[in-house]
Amino acid sequence: MELVEENLDEHHLDEKEVVDVVVRFAGDSGDGMQLTGNNFTEATALYGNDLSTFPDFPAEIRAPVGATFGVSAFQIYFGANDVTTAGDALDVLVVMNPAALITNVDNLVDGGLLIVDSGAFTAKNLTKAKYQVNPLEDGSLDKFRVLEIDITKQVLAAVAEFNLGHKTGVRSKNMWTLGLVLWLFDRDRAGTIESLKTKFASKPVIASANIAALNAGHAYGETAELPAGIHVYKVPKAKVSPGTYRNITGTNALAWGLVAGSELANIEMLFASYPITPASNLLHELVRHRDFGINTFQAEDEIAAVCAAIGASFAGSLGVTSSAGPGIALKSEGIALACATELPLLVVNTQRGGPSTGLPTKTEQSDLNMALYGRHGDTPMPVIASSTPTDCFDAAIEAVRLATKYMTPVMLLSDGYLANAAEPWKIPDLSEFEPFPVQHYTKAEDFKPSIRNEDTLARVWAKPGTAGLEHRIGGIERSFDTGDISYDPANHQKMTDLRQAKIAGIANDIPLQEVCLGHKTGKLAVVGWGSTFGAIHQAVKRARAEGLDVSHIQVRYLSPLPRNLGQLLKSFDSILVPEMNTGQFVRLIRSEYLIDAEALNKVAGQPFKIGEILAAIHAKIATSGSNS
Amino acid sequence: MNQALPKLTVKDYASDQEVRWCPGCGDYAILKTIQKLMPTFEQPKENQVFISGIGCSSRFPYYMNTFGFHTIHGRAPAVATGVKLANPELDVWVITGDGDGFSIGGNHMLHVLRRNVDLQILLFNNEIYGLTKGQYSPTSPPGTRSPSSPTGSIDLPLAPCEVAIGSGGTFIARTIDTQAKHLAAVVTRGHEHRGTSFIEILQNCPIYNDGIFNQVTDKKIAADFKVELVHGEPIVFGKERERGIRLNHDSLKLEVVEATSDDVLIHNETNKVLATLLATMKGPDLPVAVGVIYHEEKASYVDDSQQQLISIRKAKGSMTELLHSGHTWEVE
Repeated sequence: MELVEENLDEHHLDEKEVVDVVVRFAGDSGDGMQLTGNNFTEATALYGNDLSTFPDFPAEIRAPVGATFGVSAFQIYFGANDVTTAGDALDVLVVMNPAALITNVDNLVDGGLLIVDSGAFTAKNLTKAKYQVNPLEDGSLDKFRVLEIDITKQVLAAVAEFNLGHKTGVRSKNMWTLGLVLWLFDRDRAGTIESLKTKFASKPVIASANIAALNAGHAYGETAELPAGIHVYKVPKAKVSPGTYRNITGTNALAWGLVAGSELANIEMLFASYPITPASNLLHELVRHRDFGINTFQAEDEIAAVCAAIGASFAGSLGVTSSAGPGIALKSEGIALACATELPLLVVNTQRGGPSTGLPTKTEQSDLNMALYGRHGDTPMPVIASSTPTDCFDAAIEAVRLATKYMTPVMLLSDGYLANAAEPWKIPDLSEFEPFPVQHYTKAEDFKPSIRNEDTLARVWAKPGTAGLEHRIGGIERSFDTGDISYDPANHQKMTDLRQAKIAGIANDIPLQEVCLGHKTGKLAVVGWGSTFGAIHQAVKRARAEGLDVSHIQVRYLSPLPRNLGQLLKSFDSILVPEMNTGQFVRLIRSEYLIDAEALNKVAGQPFKIGEILAAIHAKIATSGSNS
Repeated sequence: MNQALPKLTVKDYASDQEVRWCPGCGDYAILKTIQKLMPTFEQPKENQVFISGIGCSSRFPYYMNTFGFHTIHGRAPAVATGVKLANPELDVWVITGDGDGFSIGGNHMLHVLRRNVDLQILLFNNEIYGLTKGQYSPTSPPGTRSPSSPTGSIDLPLAPCEVAIGSGGTFIARTIDTQAKHLAAVVTRGHEHRGTSFIEILQNCPIYNDGIFNQVTDKKIAADFKVELVHGEPIVFGKERERGIRLNHDSLKLEVVEATSDDVLIHNETNKVLATLLATMKGPDLPVAVGVIYHEEKASYVDDSQQQLISIRKAKGSMTELLHSGHTWEVE
């Protein structure tokens, strides 16, 4: 289906109280937009809104100042109702230079608030952004509420007393801007002040200057005569279930899920990986948690990382490796070794735009085929996908459970959006999770490495150091009966069938597929997997509010598929599958269930917008209506 | 170990698998020597792990009645590093060949040596690809005629011990497949070493490269073509030990002189510059050096990793504390 976008008819800023707002901070990659966004997120969470964030930054670490390709942005959607995406159109856009304006202004709604650092709109910066005339002067921004402030000048005045000089002083621009936006939404500055003190603990003068800038930005909002229609907006607190909450990114949730998984499995874990965007943060996070039974290893390459993880699993720990698309491709031979030798292994793929280097900092779901099929030989392995930042925690625990219980490699799919996006999380009580302690085999009598559990078909885990269990395993086909090398034709057939049956059998050990919104039967089901959850959920919710018969199904288990999925899908008149690839999952369910599911594809390095999916729902309902 | 170990013999180390190397292969001799040697280490057999990649030599673990893992081509050092990190108590051995270790797996070899992971690497160097039927390898001399180089190979070879020293290796030795006593002595030294022990074993492939090391293995002539290095002893060789090695101070190259010459070098296995020169010695001008070429005490990666873990884990992590760390808020 063709991708078109419907504008969601919302003009938020006309009232003093608004239900939800989308704010985007955009500037040079050195302007500190991510830090600004993160602090605003913290303040918003503490305020009690539901929220979702979308950090959107370039691959270049410090692109040339003022360049359009160096624009780094942080988007946050917050409100009183459940928020599951970072928002379609912007209500508020903060731009630190002309490049940030030209690359983002098209997403600002008519009547939206545009906060501009006019001090950065110099002839040089305008040229770099390819503006022929200054957009602040040619009337092209008239449809917005524009708040022009020479932030550079304001900041230098605010930090003058610290004698930092121009270059250092100007660096506090982001904090001044944050102060202003905190004022705009009535948010508390205390959390930001605390975090600045911590961040600059060894440079108290810099901390003080940033705090002064923050306070000055806030005071500006309070005291300056702002244009009509710009005032403090109230966003009511979200109604959420009682409990203790925190914000968390997908990366941290996944890392903590691995820690929790190793605790629940009562097993040590070796996390071996090689740095790659956007997966590296997982290593950075886990290395900080070696006070648990976690050790980390920065390997010399992707292949060494997967092989070290396999070695750790052979030795009785759980080996985990992590990468993004190109790195996972390099690990493919190792993953097949883990499949052949029936050792547990967890492979985390934080997908990014491909092929090849592709779009390293942007999101995509185009590694599904690789996860399902991308190995030599008949090499089945479970594949599961997390759907939201907080779901990464549960998905990681589930991946650990499957890998250790079935003695198999497991692929856990995340993506660049989930990895960096943050949302509030009701902190779970770990005692409510069912432990799944690993039992290493210890019985020396009649031991063979080929002994397996009759129910799960999992091979025994016999680790070195256990007397009487000395044995050899390897990549050469192993005898079903003894585990020794076997070139016997019938044995290879039997072992191939066994490997298939073992993974297929996992379908009996995973939950039945549920409908997460709407009825279990009806006109249309929108079926997603992974990070499309948020946009699909909001679109289906809106369609249902319009009275349309639409349901939302989000599939976590991609291999094996839930055993009721085919039946469930067949109980809908039509199926729509939005994916950030060219239709990899839709082809799977079409071939698996012989149903006429339709694809909605987007490969732009950006998540789906709610309006894009809503438009597809409208189109789909209209067509099916005319057919019936 | 507080507990007395049962006395093990060579038989305890032979697995029940039929050995499948070609008749006359040097690997048989190495296997026998290692099986005999293992009991002398007086270690629990279940703590010994042999890990290999792909190739003729990499079948070795199947024949050892210890824990064994026949992995994928070139990656044994990486797998072994994972094994050792997961359980530092294990006595880990990597079995590899010239193709496995220095062609497809060259990267991992470099890094395991530089990290100084505590394990033994036995590199069976037969200067040819055996299992794929005789193509030239990265240690084959230029001009090697093979199925993939019928008009002679044009690749310039590398010297495994030289590369191992250059990679930061801390124990570098060379020995010969059929010389059981020397092989056992060198491997014993390597086993004592804490860190990566790299042992190149010159190994005859009777099918595809027969006799390539004849000069150093044929008893009639070997004395003239190899020199046995002994720490603290003059570097002399020849049937009557009549020749020695000295450093030419102008060319900074080694050369052969009369053994009586007063500038014959004394082997010092802790001298890295000397070790590098000795590692590259070869005919026709110089003898091939065997024995411990280089030895240095240096921190081992696994020891350092363990030390960090011990210090970090003085206070065991609490999942509840982790989940509640940083900013949290209550909703009532």
